[in-house]
Amino acid sequence: MQVHLKVKRYDPEAGDEAPRYSHYSIDVPEYATVLDSLLQVRDYEDGTLALRYSCRSSICGSCALRINGRAYLACKTKALDMMRDGEEIVVEPMGNMPVIKDLVVDMAPFWSKVQQIGPWLQPTGPEPAREFLVSHAAMMDLAKTMNCVWCGACVSDCTVLEVDKSFIAPAALAKAYRFVGDPRDGMSKERLEELSSVAGGIWDCTRCNICVEVCPKDVRPMDRIMQLRELAVEAGITNHTGVRHGDAFARSVRHLGRLDEVRLLPESVGFWNVPRLLGELPGALRMLRAGKLPWSHALLPWRHQIPSIRQVQRLFDSVRRERKGVSR
Amino acid sequence: MRYAFWPGCVSKGACPELYESMVKTSAKLGIELEELYDGNCTGAGVISEHEPELADALNARNFALAQKLGLDLINICSTCQGVQSLAQEKLDRDEAYRAKINAKLAEEGLEYKPGLTIKNFMWLLVEDYGLDKLRGQVTRPLAGLRCGPFYGCYILRPSRILGMAEHPERDQYLERIIEAVGAQPVDYEGKNKCCGFPILTNNRKNSLAQAGTHLAEAQDLGADCLVTPCPLCHLNLDAQQPSAAQVIEKELHLPIIHLPQLIGLALGIDPKELRMDRHVVGTQKVLDKVLAKVGA
Repeated sequence: MQVHLKVKRYDPEAGDEAPRYSHYSIDVPEYATVLDSLLQVRDYEDGTLALRYSCRSSICGSCALRINGRAYLACKTKALDMMRDGEEIVVEPMGNMPVIKDLVVDMAPFWSKVQQIGPWLQPTGPEPAREFLVSHAAMMDLAKTMNCVWCGACVSDCTVLEVDKSFIAPAALAKAYRFVGDPRDGMSKERLEELSSVAGGIWDCTRCNICVEVCPKDVRPMDRIMQLRELAVEAGITNHTGVRHGDAFARSVRHLGRLDEVRLLPESVGFWNVPRLLGELPGALRMLRAGKLPWSHALLPWRHQIPSIRQVQRLFDSVRRERKGVSR
Repeated sequence: MRYAFWPGCVSKGACPELYESMVKTSAKLGIELEELYDGNCTGAGVISEHEPELADALNARNFALAQKLGLDLINICSTCQGVQSLAQEKLDRDEAYRAKINAKLAEEGLEYKPGLTIKNFMWLLVEDYGLDKLRGQVTRPLAGLRCGPFYGCYILRPSRILGMAEHPERDQYLERIIEAVGAQPVDYEGKNKCCGFPILTNNRKNSLAQAGTHLAEAQDLGADCLVTPCPLCHLNLDAQQPSAAQVIEKELHLPIIHLPQLIGLALGIDPKELRMDRHVVGTQKVLDKVLAKVGA
C-alpha cells in the first residue's frame, strides 16, 4: 500500500526560523500504523526526522502527535484509516506545547500541571492497623481515570489552553478527580476548594468535549471535570460564578419551563457585582438595538411560561426530593 | 415530511430570527413542523453538571411529547442536539434508569420508549431531504459568497453518541450544504472548535478570546460570513463580536448567519422575512453579494 505523508519539520537548534513540511511516499503493508510509517521514513528515507516513541502498543503514551489536525497515538492509528481518498496524511507535533524538534514536543508544561494538583494520596487521621479497604465500586469508578497513559493528546487539543496557559487542562484535572474520588484521600475538600478557586481551575472548562474525543484510553477527562464540579457543589463550595450560573439556569427553567437569558447574567455574576454588570451594559444595549434582548421574559414571565409549567415544576421537585433522600 | 419540532430556548429568546427563518424556510421546503409548545429546556448541559438525573428527566419529557405525536424529533440547535443525544444514550442503555425516569413522567401521563430519532436540521437536510432535492429548490444561488462553517461542539462531540458510526460524514455536512446552495465553503481550523459561550459568565476574557480567534482566522482567509447550526455559538460570535474584537485587539466584521437563513436566502425568500436585520453584526455585506447576483 502506498502512503503519502506530509510531515511538519522544525529544528530551532539548527537555526530553522519557521516550520516547513517534508513530503514522503512509501510502501507499507495495509496493517501499518502511522508510527510504522514514520519509522520507515526515518529508517530508510530521511534519518534526520525526529519523533518520540517506545512501546508501539499504546501502553507507554510516548507517540502522541497530530494526524490530519487531531491528536492521536501514532501506534494506535492505522495509516489506512487516515488516508482520505489517497490524500497525504498530515503529521504534526502536538499542540499547546513548545516544539523541541520536528514531532518531539517539550512536555515540561504538561508535567508542571500534573505537579500542581498534588498527584499523590494524602490520607489523614491515624494509620489503619491493616491495609485500607476500598470498595469495588469506588475502585471501578477510579479505574476509568487510572487508564491515563500521560500521552498529552487531551492537552494538545484542549481549546481553553489555546487561549489561556494557566488552565490546568484535562489530563491533570482528570488526575485530580482520581484523588478527590478516592475514599482513602483525606484532603478531598481542600483539593476541591483549591480547584474551584485557582486560576485555570474546574470552572474554566468550556465542555467542548475535544479531550473526550481524542483520549486514546477513554478516560473522558471532561466527564471527570464535571464530576469534580458536582462534588464541589455537594461539598458546599458554592461561592463561584460557575455554581451561581448553574443555579440560576435551573431556577429559570423551573420558573418558565425555558431559559430566561436576561436574568441569567446578573444572577450568575451577582447583582452586587456592579463593575461587571456595567461592563456588560454596552453589549446589552447592542443586543437590545438588534432585537436580541428578550427583556419580556424577565419582566412579563407569565407570557413566556410553557402551558404545562406546573408539571415541569412537579418533575423538578420529585427528582430533587428523591435525590435529597438518597444523599441523607 | 412531518416532524415534531423543538425550537430550543434561544430561538424563542435572544435569537428570534432563527425561529422565524426556520418557520419560513421549512414551509418553502415543504417540511411540516409540529412544534412542541409544551416542551421544556434541555438544560443545555448546565443542569446536568449539578443534577444529571433532573436533566435526563427533562429531556425524557420532551422525547415522550414527540412520541405522543408519533413523529421524529428535530431541533435547530447544536447544543440541544448534543444534550438530547447524550440523555437518550443513557436512557436507552439502562432499562432500570429509564423505568425510574418514566415513573416520574407517569404523573403527567407520559412515557419515553427507546429508539426515538432525534435530528438537527443540518442532519435532516442531508439525510432525509437530500442535497440533490435542495439544489433543485435553489432559485437564488449564492454564487460568490465565501461562507465559513461553524459547527458548535455538541453536534460533533462526543462522536460515539452522535450517530457518527452510521453517518461518518456528519462533520462535513455544513460544507456540503454551503456548496449545495451555490456558495463557496471557507476552510479554517476554528470551524470545529469551541466558540467559548459556555464560560462567558465566569471567564469572559477566555470566552471572547476563543470567539475572536476563530472569527479573525476566518476573516483573514477571506470569508464573507460564517454559517452555524447553533444559536449559542451565534450569540458569542455575533452579539459578542465587538467585545471579542477588543479582547484580541483586532478589527472584526464578520456576519454570522443561522443555517435556516442561509437556506432561505438561496430559496429566494425575502431577507426581511428571514429577519436578517436582527443581527448585531450587520448582514448587509452578505445581502449585497447575494442580491446583486440576481439583479445581474
